[in-house]
Amino acid sequence: MKSCFRNDAMRKVCGEAKFGDDFRFHGMVHAVPVYTEYIHAENLSLEIEDARSMPGVLSVFTWEDVPGELTAGQINQDYPIFVKDRIRSNSDVAALVVAETRMQALAAAEKVIVTADVLAAVLDPEEALKKDAPVIPEGKDSNLVNHHIVRTGDPDTALAMSSVVIEQRFETPFVEHAYLEPECAVCVPREDGGLEIYGSMQHPFSTRRFVCAYLGRPLASVVCLSHAVGGSFGGKDDTASVVCARAALAALKLNRPVKLLLKREWSMRESYKRVPYKMDYKVGFDGDGHLTGAISKTLADSGAYTSTTPWSTWRSTVQNMGPYKLENIRGEVLGVATNNVFTGAFRGFGSPQTNFAVEQIMDMAAEKLGLTPLEIRKRNALVQDSITITGQKLDNHTVSLMEVMEKTAETIDFERKYRNSSRGKGGKFYGIGMAASYRGCSVGAEAMDFCCATINIQFDGSILLDTAVFENGQGAVSAMMLICAEELGVPVESIHYQASSTASIPDGGTTVASRGTLVGGGAIKDAMSKLKPILQEILYPEIAESPDQVSFHDNRIWGTEERSLTWSEAGHQMYLSRVYPFAFGSFQAPRVSWDEENGQGNAYFSYVYSCQAVEVEVDPEKRSCRLLNVVATHDIGKAINPPMVEGQIQGGIVQGMGMALTEDFKIEEGRIKSLNFSKYKIPRMTDVPDMLTQIVENHDPLSPTGAKGIGEPAMEIIAPAIANAVAAATGERFFSLPIKLKKEIQA
Amino acid sequence: MSEITVNEKKYTLSSEQEELTLLDYLREELNLIGAKNGCGEGTCGACTVLLDGKAVRSCRTSMKKVIGKSVLTIEGIKNNDGSLHPMQQAFIDAGAVQCGFCTPGMIMQSMDLLSRNSNPSREEIRKAMRGNLCRCTGYQKIVDAVELGASRLQNK
Repeated sequence: MKSCFRNDAMRKVCGEAKFGDDFRFHGMVHAVPVYTEYIHAENLSLEIEDARSMPGVLSVFTWEDVPGELTAGQINQDYPIFVKDRIRSNSDVAALVVAETRMQALAAAEKVIVTADVLAAVLDPEEALKKDAPVIPEGKDSNLVNHHIVRTGDPDTALAMSSVVIEQRFETPFVEHAYLEPECAVCVPREDGGLEIYGSMQHPFSTRRFVCAYLGRPLASVVCLSHAVGGSFGGKDDTASVVCARAALAALKLNRPVKLLLKREWSMRESYKRVPYKMDYKVGFDGDGHLTGAISKTLADSGAYTSTTPWSTWRSTVQNMGPYKLENIRGEVLGVATNNVFTGAFRGFGSPQTNFAVEQIMDMAAEKLGLTPLEIRKRNALVQDSITITGQKLDNHTVSLMEVMEKTAETIDFERKYRNSSRGKGGKFYGIGMAASYRGCSVGAEAMDFCCATINIQFDGSILLDTAVFENGQGAVSAMMLICAEELGVPVESIHYQASSTASIPDGGTTVASRGTLVGGGAIKDAMSKLKPILQEILYPEIAESPDQVSFHDNRIWGTEERSLTWSEAGHQMYLSRVYPFAFGSFQAPRVSWDEENGQGNAYFSYVYSCQAVEVEVDPEKRSCRLLNVVATHDIGKAINPPMVEGQIQGGIVQGMGMALTEDFKIEEGRIKSLNFSKYKIPRMTDVPDMLTQIVENHDPLSPTGAKGIGEPAMEIIAPAIANAVAAATGERFFSLPIKLKKEIQA
Repeated sequence: MSEITVNEKKYTLSSEQEELTLLDYLREELNLIGAKNGCGEGTCGACTVLLDGKAVRSCRTSMKKVIGKSVLTIEGIKNNDGSLHPMQQAFIDAGAVQCGFCTPGMIMQSMDLLSRNSNPSREEIRKAMRGNLCRCTGYQKIVDAVELGASRLQNK
């Protein structure tokens, strides 16, 4: 196995890596948020005088102290830093207590009294869409947040003429990201009037936008610094940003460094979750198992605020019917506001939900038609030059769905094992299941898509890399360094990276959508295409006859007749020539298109193809399900750091397995009951088997490095694969997550 | 006198310090930031340190229970020449580090395991370390790392 490179592994195994809570500054004080008992209420009134007079208290901040906008957001600017007169969810924050010590701040927070007039709460998206439902969003006339549609052909006629029609409702729950590090922010006011922010942010530029909106400051006056982040998975954007903004507000007002660390209970109460879906699907097949038509309607619970629900649901629309050929479809996805905790980005971003429905429908139809799960998928699979449901012709990259499905099935011996599945017979039930997907690379037509990097060769020949791709734990920076090293033909140890910040490099778009390696790598390639000619032009007279004879490999710069320079000699020569060996590179995503009215267009410039299969054992007496084996195959274009790709796949599978089997997020009447790991059970080491990962590398011509992405493809299909395996084992289907064997299996 | 030992250094506790949790004492009083606070209830294992050689959740251990005892944290396990402990190196080599928030606790938990079982099977590793949560890796490479670390320690 190729050895693993992590630029941050040494400090992490030594306990020296600094996460948000590990930063301390002279004179630093501590902030604590004040939540309220309410779910939905108005005429809010706050009594803060008692809290203010508590020992050590420096101030109690409320909406009245906010210098900029009271609300901000990525799409709709509706997420409050502090609530003003209306409470929309139990996660809302009314005030911030700041004291010399955290203990003092905690004690004083208890003394803040919040009163309000209770309003009827709306906690179900179906109820929220009724005409007489109370309207939750400010200034809107309904709770509809967004309505995306995909339509082509004549699905009504197609369904009427189908041999088999599967009609079913599927439901997926709130899911907590459960990053091991709770949100923390430290803001240091600088003597020059600037603000420095350290914190557990997914993307420093996103945090800076939130902070500057709330504080009414120019973007350039705040610097968000990157350092170790203890996991994010899409979850450290809006909430982590508002935590940073509250710390920044206090730091600005008090002119002291301020730390705001969320307890796990606060993090789980306040942070956004995976968007829960209710999906009604009606899907037709002909007698040979070919898809004929589909009509679907999905309600997505956005919770009290918008966050990225419209983007998440857009992906569910584009990829509404899995990686299959289908000419007749009408699919709708509606984002709906409720008084629940708000929801947004989470690894997979709308696909894990939709896949849970579609990938079970394929198996349900296969059962009716006497086909195997593999066979029905092969009959419908998108292949080279296929047209997707949005009218996009897949002709600009290798469409490898068939390859990943066959490879998975062969490795796990799917067909034989499927025949031997228990279907509810015998002592312990055995079953095998599979699921497949295609996943649009990067953000597609949902947002702007570009990124940047700089390469800066120093006087002594050392190489400084900066990229707008940020580390959340996934190994993004290590991948950037490996790409840079390979381009220059130097050992990766020669590449230096000095923790990018919002002041060191321009914004490269958010660290989302499994896009880091693709877009950051593309930017580095572009920078190299500019840097190398600069070096070649200046350096060639010493070692070659013309610039194009200069090449970069084996840790030296080579010309003709075995003449070469060390990087140190090259650095000196560049300096003496008064030419900067520096380049800025950018990656511009290839053109995509979208017609919102009909839901048609070239939604993403390329796709990742994936298939996972899983074997399970269901114990009908204990009513438990154990995973025995998992095989996962993903065509990610090119693996830059193969062991880390494996780690992404294994981690993604286990997260998806948690959503399928162990994680039962309890929210009752708008109040979250799963507030810590003892109440919200993410998978443990004994819950999962060793897994086999297979990386397929059809280099993507639209990615300058050939690489696509893996973060999200890894986790988006294991839940339906498990549901299919459980069905093969027990003969029963489960249409909502997490799968609750306890209620439904008859021993 | 309330004396404790942390990473082979002796400390005397003030009465205020006796009221702290071991985690807060390590992080706030000694600036040993390797142990992490992931849950505050002893469920996640990110705060794991060794107390007289046994793994404890430092977030649920009061300093009163530490008096007279010896604490070993991630900062104290390097070899005397400054080189990495074989288990630290194994976590790097096996690719077991992603976000790294669970890593110090995982390594300390694995040292507890190896003190009782120097050659654990993968199954035994999973059982012994099931109280340590990781959300990034899917655990497989952590099991690889502990296996690798154990074999290197045996061959030393």
